[in-house]
Amino acid sequence: MSGQGVIIAGAAETDEIGRLPNHSTLQLHIEAARNAVADAGLTMRDIDGIATVSAPGPVQVAHALGIYPDWVDGTGVGGTSFLLHVRHAVAAIRAGYAKTVLITHGESGRSRVGTAPFRMGGSSPAGQFEAPYGTLGPTTTFTIPMLRYMKEYGLTHEQLAYVAVAQRQWAAKNPRAMFRDIITVDDVLASRMVAYPFHLLECCLVTDGGGALVVTAADRAAGFPKPPVHVIGTGEASETPMISQMIDFTESRAFREAGQRAFAEAGITTADVDHLMIYDAFAHVPIYGLEALGFVKKGEGGPFIADGNTEPGGRLPLNTNGGGLSYTHTGMYGMFAIQEGVRQIRGEAAAQVDDPQVSVILGNGGMFATSGVLVLSRAPR
Amino acid sequence: MPEPTPDTRPYWDGAAAGELRIQRCLDCRQPYFYPRPICPSCGSDKVEWFTASGDATLYSYVINHRPAPGFEEEAPYAIAVVQLAEGPRMMTSIRGVPATPEDLVLDMPLRVSFEQRGDVWLPVFTAARAGEPEEAR
Repeated sequence: MSGQGVIIAGAAETDEIGRLPNHSTLQLHIEAARNAVADAGLTMRDIDGIATVSAPGPVQVAHALGIYPDWVDGTGVGGTSFLLHVRHAVAAIRAGYAKTVLITHGESGRSRVGTAPFRMGGSSPAGQFEAPYGTLGPTTTFTIPMLRYMKEYGLTHEQLAYVAVAQRQWAAKNPRAMFRDIITVDDVLASRMVAYPFHLLECCLVTDGGGALVVTAADRAAGFPKPPVHVIGTGEASETPMISQMIDFTESRAFREAGQRAFAEAGITTADVDHLMIYDAFAHVPIYGLEALGFVKKGEGGPFIADGNTEPGGRLPLNTNGGGLSYTHTGMYGMFAIQEGVRQIRGEAAAQVDDPQVSVILGNGGMFATSGVLVLSRAPR
Repeated sequence: MPEPTPDTRPYWDGAAAGELRIQRCLDCRQPYFYPRPICPSCGSDKVEWFTASGDATLYSYVINHRPAPGFEEEAPYAIAVVQLAEGPRMMTSIRGVPATPEDLVLDMPLRVSFEQRGDVWLPVFTAARAGEPEEAR
């Protein structure tokens, strides 16, 4: 696929992340939006396109910011939505539908201020065919494939636990990470059981926070205060709305398909990737992601992480902000994964990797339901 | 509490009658679950309901320690996905087997059973014991 070059010109998170009981969901969107637009050296008057998930949705966010947009995208497919927004913004900019797109995320995931209550209707497919068996959110569903994977590929409990250990080493370098104390495999396995085989430290945080991005045409790159981050490849793919209907519990079709599309558009292979973010709502997701993107063969993701390849000093820096397991996880974490990719390419990350040229972001939405993949680069394609 | 819809009503009527009814395609012959009006394999709308054997194997599960509302008494309890002998998979509960990793062994043979939940009967599974007659409801 070819087309006009597109960049991320502005990127920022809310001033604070973590426990923010004095911020409503909408406030988090607004604060993140203001920070990102300022980061791009622009004002709200420059924004003509808005993307975010509902609620509050793009029209509410735009209105609160005083923007009457020419283009909106309310794609809401869980935590990867913001990666899809970037992809859709690239297409909109190339099509001429919008010039400068603002993508916002704000979620009071922990404090639940100004959030819509979560209800699953009993007549929905999941309400009829999953909820009656005692499911309660991602800890009871996202986790179900793991034992099948462990049986098929021999992944050990210790290897699964090590995913959390490796990411904590990155978090220890990041003052904004919620958990920064170094942990061991024994610490992880001694933490409270949430849903066997997952212990508490193998499950993501639940936090408040937000982030936003400004996306625009690459030919404007010279006009911005920060170095441009080129979006050289994007992909999206979907699989199943219900975990029980996942085609194969040992691999994510959505991760694989989205990754192949993004890598093909960018014209890269895994050897070109200097920095990697894989959405980690639970410790197994980076394993599935490494295998789906082709960094390792099936069954090798756990040992690859346990051998130290993804931690500080390893050859493939992964989840360098600490990830959803240690940095922050508002519920829809994808925005924070993108933010870290942008920081790394710009050279302004807390745990900065040595001169990365290419960063890949793999997002997950729902329970292996949908995936978005972005290839970010210091240079144009 | 599950609320049947027009497209799923035969499934729930079957469960109330002690039968696990799923669908299959009359064109490509693929059985499928969950209930919907067209075949997910080939798109045909020539589909029919049939009564599955009720035999299954344990595909994967978690043992949940943070109970959903109404499940407090059962915790920790297993939430399982089983593979029906006909091929499709479904989420379910495993009855009559302690919710421990030692007792819940992947690929163990299972047999459908039904239990009342409010206005509906819910398919659940028990360990299959060779030679025993089908458990009466």
